[in-house]
Amino acid sequence: MISLNHYLVLSGILFAIGTAGVFLRRNLITILLSIEIMLNAVNVTFVAVGRYLGTVDGQIITFFVMTVAAAEAAVGLALVIALFRHRETLSPDAFTLLKW
Amino acid sequence: MDLNAIGFFVFAAIAVLASLGVVAQRNPMHSVMLLIVSFGALAGLYVLLDAPFSAVTQIIIYAGAIMVLFLFVVMLLNAHTEADAAPPVLGPRGMQIGALLSMLLAVELVWGLSRLGLTWFGNDPATIANISSVSRIGLAIFTTHAFAFEVTSILILVSMVGAVVIARRGQ
Amino acid sequence: MLLLIPLLPFAGFLINTSIGRRLPKAVTGGLACLAMLAAFAVAVMASLTANAAATHAVQQTVFRWIPSGDFQIPFALRVDPLATVMILVITGIGSLIHIYSTAYMHDETDSEYARYFSYLNLFAAFMLVLVLGANFPVMFVGWEGVGLCSYLLIGYWFKKKTAADAGKKAFIVNRVGDFGFILGMLLLFVTFGSLDFQEVASRAAGMPVEHVMGAMTIATLLLFLGATGKSAQIPLYVWLPDAMEGPTPVSALIHAATMVTAGVYMIGRNAVLFQHAPITLGIVAGIGTATALMAGTIGLVQNDIKRVLAYSTVSQLGYMFLAMGVGAYAAGVFHLYTHAFFKALLFLGSGAVIHALAGEQDMRNMGGLRKALPITFWTFLIATIAISGIPPLAGFFSKDEILFNAYSKGFHILWAIGVLTALLTATYMFRLVFLTFFGERRHDAPAAPAHPEEEEPTAQAAGHGASAIGAGGAPSTPHGAPSTPHGAPSAKHGAPHGALHDAPPAMAFALIVLAIGSIFAGFVGVPQALGGSNRLERFLEPSFEAHATAIGEFGPAGTTPATAPNEGAAATHGEGTEAQGVEYTLMGVSVGAAAAGILIAFYFWYRNRAAAARMARSLSPVYTLLLNKYYVDELYDAAIVHPIENGSRVGLWRGIDVGVIDGAVNGVGALVRATSSGLRRAQTGSIRTYAASLFAGVVLILGWYLWR
Repeated sequence: MISLNHYLVLSGILFAIGTAGVFLRRNLITILLSIEIMLNAVNVTFVAVGRYLGTVDGQIITFFVMTVAAAEAAVGLALVIALFRHRETLSPDAFTLLKW
Repeated sequence: MDLNAIGFFVFAAIAVLASLGVVAQRNPMHSVMLLIVSFGALAGLYVLLDAPFSAVTQIIIYAGAIMVLFLFVVMLLNAHTEADAAPPVLGPRGMQIGALLSMLLAVELVWGLSRLGLTWFGNDPATIANISSVSRIGLAIFTTHAFAFEVTSILILVSMVGAVVIARRGQ
Repeated sequence: MLLLIPLLPFAGFLINTSIGRRLPKAVTGGLACLAMLAAFAVAVMASLTANAAATHAVQQTVFRWIPSGDFQIPFALRVDPLATVMILVITGIGSLIHIYSTAYMHDETDSEYARYFSYLNLFAAFMLVLVLGANFPVMFVGWEGVGLCSYLLIGYWFKKKTAADAGKKAFIVNRVGDFGFILGMLLLFVTFGSLDFQEVASRAAGMPVEHVMGAMTIATLLLFLGATGKSAQIPLYVWLPDAMEGPTPVSALIHAATMVTAGVYMIGRNAVLFQHAPITLGIVAGIGTATALMAGTIGLVQNDIKRVLAYSTVSQLGYMFLAMGVGAYAAGVFHLYTHAFFKALLFLGSGAVIHALAGEQDMRNMGGLRKALPITFWTFLIATIAISGIPPLAGFFSKDEILFNAYSKGFHILWAIGVLTALLTATYMFRLVFLTFFGERRHDAPAAPAHPEEEEPTAQAAGHGASAIGAGGAPSTPHGAPSTPHGAPSAKHGAPHGALHDAPPAMAFALIVLAIGSIFAGFVGVPQALGGSNRLERFLEPSFEAHATAIGEFGPAGTTPATAPNEGAAATHGEGTEAQGVEYTLMGVSVGAAAAGILIAFYFWYRNRAAAARMARSLSPVYTLLLNKYYVDELYDAAIVHPIENGSRVGLWRGIDVGVIDGAVNGVGALVRATSSGLRRAQTGSIRTYAASLFAGVVLILGWYLWR
């Protein structure tokens, strides 16, 4: 009943939502959250395809993706904290010093 | 409609709706919570895909560690509202274009992925047992992908040090 | 050995250029003169050798210059009778002028003195290469070289603007002629396949005479264009009067005796070729005669002593071209040879006058120098008599030969004009003598500025006070005011100089030798009608013939003369009494014309100067026209120089250089700036915009891939 395509479609939708979030939100933390959504969407794809192909490699990849996502989230949040201390705001539009 | 299908649609719906909520919510605290919900739904999906190990690690690492970290930061920074400190670079026009682009992306992805043709999962019990076996996963990680594993651990170490350095107060 | 002849003066040039400025004047001057005298000695030896050879020629190939497939040009030198005359004149009179210069230029500093002599030696070297060349390219090397040296020497006092301008003018006008020369050379190579004189002559001899505009006619016309530039004929004579800005010995050597004769020599060298192009010869004769007449009329009213002599040179060159044009090549060369003597003497004499008067060149400020400068006066008088064509001095024989040939070949009109010009020659030359040496010392010229070194001649000199000769409102010749910065402080007006010293020994020596030459030089060409045997003409005959076979290296050249264009030209001089009667009549006419000219000059400028002034006033338009040289310079200026200048300034400089080229370069810069100032707006500094653009890119690329 449920084919690989379903999962892939789901993954695509989640990815698009994540991208929209990165683009549209004006809060740094929410942007980071959206990035996590994107990563998860990719994880879904990996696991589904791994199941389809009958290997365990899909899950292993998700394992590593999660690890890296954790590392990235840690550093990203550290940056957010540092930026917040500077400007007292979490809006990405406040940091435009590299403007032309 | 077997259990698989029902489960899939339920979990998928929860995941999508929660993600939409994450993106749409004003309050970052709520966003974090909704994301946890979404992760939970995804874990359920993993179970349906005969990947219990992934489901568990999803809950433990993502929902348990990463989201908690986010929660800490949100509460630390007291960023419960979205203060418009600076005028947005992208006006409402930009928002509309962004939304449009996102939908386009979704459409494209869906369309592209659906061109693959209908592909059914195999139901061979031996394969399933192979996939869902934790020992198999462990074996693969520590032998075939041992190098990646070690590198990842170094990566985590580096990010930890980096996070401490960046977020440190004072010179 | 032939190479030594130009090499000795060239060595002199090298030494004087490199270390001359540190040497004392005696050394540099002596070195230069020594080089010339040595060259003269070698020239004599070479001439004797050549004369003894069977073909009357000696050739030496110095090195293989241009070996390029079919185009083989060796650097070859050749001495034959014509070249003999030329090298003896160049080295002989050149040596005398070098000796003269040691005294004349004595007021210069050591380094300037050395520079002068180095240029003079270089000139001699190039001139010798010109006349010794056995093929066109070698001659052209000399041709260009003397043009260069002429520029260097005319503009010797380059700090004076008029001198620098005159040098430029000479060079540029010469260039126009050289352009024609080069084209002629190329056409000759295309036509005959060779540029060696002997080969061209022998091949041309084999072709029929061209009575229409064929290759030979066009080539010779182009060569003649070069000759008009170098030898100052219409239309390219305009540089010669201005060339008087140079030191007087330079005028004597270059613009009287040698360089300006290069064109005549060139035609003589290619006699066979020109003989086959009667159209060209007709043009040559016509232009020669017209130039002679025109220059004679201008010379009649000039006030600067050197200008009169310059126009006289142009006029006498016209005679030479008239001779070449009617086919009397030997007569033209004869006149070249005698003219070298008396014209050099005239210039050197005028130099002595100028030297004595400390820079005065305007004849209206002269007079009464006969008693004060005896040597100068007597030598000058001898030269004047010679140039007027009074027997038995040199000028008579050569000029008479030309006129006789013109008449007997049927060019009666040219003959008549020639006689008229002879009258004018005598008139203006004796005018010069009377104004300069007779009467009392005058100061009639308009007031000159106190410091002639920084003068602006035309602006100030004209219009100051009345000129006794009544030159209406027109400006006097640009050097009506004394112009030569002679180094010594000049007190030009007011009290006359205390003691006018005659020519110092070096100068006097040259003057006297040249005077002797002017008297006796003509005797090599006494026509048979007067009892002589016209030795010069017979001597030169081999040069004007074509030889059929090849020439050996530095040895007797091999043999048979194919055509002798000069044989018919040696017009039947003494055969039969009617021919002799005609000849005597013609002689009588030319002498009579000369005598008439002297009488006219005597009346107007010795007896009754006021009559001259009255006549000038009454014929004022004519006078002004002549005084301003028929406004030819102004015409050239308006028709050629200014359009080119304006075209260059507006079109080429502003339009192309500034507009297009600079515009392109600047435009590239402007374009880059415009583009980058447009592109930099992508740098908004907002990460959301960056994310947005990334996003858009992803969408587009994904879409594109999905479409395919």
